[in-house]
Amino acid sequence: MPLLEIRRVTRRFGDFTAVDDVSFAVEPGEFFTLLGPSGCGKTTLLRMIAGFDLPDAGQILLDGRDLADTPAERRPVHTVFQNFALFPHLSVARNVAFPLRMAGLGEGEVKRRTADALDMVHLGELAEHYPHEISGGQKQRVALARGLVNRPRLLLLDEPLGALDLKLREEMQLELIKLQREVGITFVFVTHAQNEALALSHRIAVMNAGRVEQLDEPSRIYGFPVNRFVADFIGNCNLLEAEVRAVEADGLRLSVAGLGEVRAPAAEGCQTGERGLLALRPEQVQVAAEADPAWANRFPGQVRDFLYVGDVTTYQVRLDNGYTLQALLPNAAPGRARFHETGDRVMVGWSAQAGHYVREA
Amino acid sequence: MRRLPTWLLLAAASSYAFLYLPLIIVVAYSFNDSRLNAEWVGFTLDWYRVLLHDEEMLLAARNSLLIALVSSGAATLLGTLAGLGMHRWRPAWLPLLVITPVAMPEILLGVSLLVFFIQVLHLTLGFLSVVLAHITFSIGFVAIVVRARLAGMDESIFEAARDLGATPWQTFRLVTFPLILPAVVAGFLMAFTLSLDDFVITFFTAGVGVSTLPLQIYSMIKIAVTPEVNAVSTLLMLLTLVLVIAASRMDKGFMRGAG
Ligand SMILES: Nc1ncnc2c1ncn2[C@@H]1O[C@H](COP(=O)(O)OP(=O)(O)OP(=O)(O)O)[C@@H](O)[C@H]1O
Ligand SMILES: [Mg+2]
Repeated sequence: MPLLEIRRVTRRFGDFTAVDDVSFAVEPGEFFTLLGPSGCGKTTLLRMIAGFDLPDAGQILLDGRDLADTPAERRPVHTVFQNFALFPHLSVARNVAFPLRMAGLGEGEVKRRTADALDMVHLGELAEHYPHEISGGQKQRVALARGLVNRPRLLLLDEPLGALDLKLREEMQLELIKLQREVGITFVFVTHAQNEALALSHRIAVMNAGRVEQLDEPSRIYGFPVNRFVADFIGNCNLLEAEVRAVEADGLRLSVAGLGEVRAPAAEGCQTGERGLLALRPEQVQVAAEADPAWANRFPGQVRDFLYVGDVTTYQVRLDNGYTLQALLPNAAPGRARFHETGDRVMVGWSAQAGHYVREA
Repeated sequence: MRRLPTWLLLAAASSYAFLYLPLIIVVAYSFNDSRLNAEWVGFTLDWYRVLLHDEEMLLAARNSLLIALVSSGAATLLGTLAGLGMHRWRPAWLPLLVITPVAMPEILLGVSLLVFFIQVLHLTLGFLSVVLAHITFSIGFVAIVVRARLAGMDESIFEAARDLGATPWQTFRLVTFPLILPAVVAGFLMAFTLSLDDFVITFFTAGVGVSTLPLQIYSMIKIAVTPEVNAVSTLLMLLTLVLVIAASRMDKGFMRGAG
């Protein structure tokens, strides 16, 4: 049985539908992520799971039990808020002890478990400090310790890393993964940062305008986006309008306007004559002075621009038909900053196994 | 830091002089060894000794403190509830209703309360009517400070409390109340000061039954501004100053705590 089940949940604010007929299930021990652009309804959904808000339609079940009549304080669900929401008048230790006290545990037990939770997030020394005396990263850890100390069935995290700077965010990502594995508590994590979602999650639900567009493992979300929105939202992607010419045993023959025939891997349910998109990741696109015989698809073009970021360089190559493709080349050779200059005539290509055909409804 | 232009400094200095010089003179003359507020004769504490033996004055002081204590206590309770209500449910009409008495000309409030007490409630004017009147104009002040305190707070900490297992009452007791306490105390001190210093509304609602310090001072200066009046004014001023400083300290205290 799934730990959490969202069944056809809808939430409206006036005429506006913030969460639109959403269904999914979260398994025990899972790190589940809700990913989507700002305003797509992630927080609204999370607030309904926590019990701060009620759905207009649909059900939320925990361990198979409908939560509709359970107020927030009686749900075995805790939340880590984006701005941490620490109690400013309580010390770090008392913040962490709060849920234990509310649960009516004895003073000895409260002390012991508070100390354990603070050790878990390496904050033992700051126990007697107040929230305004500690840094953002430390507040984040206090909020995590406070959310986990009473061992909820489910921990909800609403963009918990959003307020941290980049370096700290990466550190905390690693710590979050480690923490979740150690405590074994199910996480429902909300973010609008796709790289964070890909890095942390067991499964991701990609949301847009109140709906779930795709629900899958990170590598499948990245490799096999089901529609234009997902392809575009997750990572960088070249999207080519294509028509299916033939469905063959070893793949598809597509016709891309202005390019001619392009070969692509087979896609489920795809039929001759239909129109769709070829989603091509920049790292799948090769650029060289001369075409490689291994490239099933090859087109001449000219380097328009490039962006050197250290480990890799991104090239913008304009094909002779007018399309501009992005290609990502690793700078593996030492001291090698780039292979091509702006204005260079080059060949662009990719194999028949690269790319992913997306059906358009 | 940039230096202020001289003309601005002069303007500021003369404004402050205008504000504080009369007060300083009253204080100075309360120590003057002369029946007249004319020239400086010498230092004395005699006028304070006279005060201590003036039965009427002592009674007025006792009344003032008692009225201030009772009315500000009640106004703090009601004003805090109003502040919480305004914040929680944001009714459009409540702020208007609560704040109007604050902005209303005192004489209007005094007259209408007088009419209300006598004609509607058939109340004998005295201690109770003054207390009720003071509560009326103090509630708004308390409500405003409490609401301002709440408005400056992060809403999610109240949700966090519920989320972590606190019932609504526990959330109030353990989170909301400790956090608004500085504002509640500041509001109480403000209400206390207002009650202590009020003349106009007290004048209308006291009748002959009860006298307060401001009323007592007024009745004395109808004859002459005696050094005794200076002395009692000085004491009243001192008390007000202490209360105002205490109230603003509370304010700063919570600013730091909330950081
Ligand atoms: N109480 C409310 N009243 C009216 N509209 C609301 C309310 N809460 C949310 N909305 C609207 O619902 C939509 C979804 O909001 P929500 O906060 O769930 O977005 P989100 O996905 O969490 O976005 P973000 O990434 O910016 O936090 C938004 O357009 C928002 O304006
Ligand atoms: Mg949000």
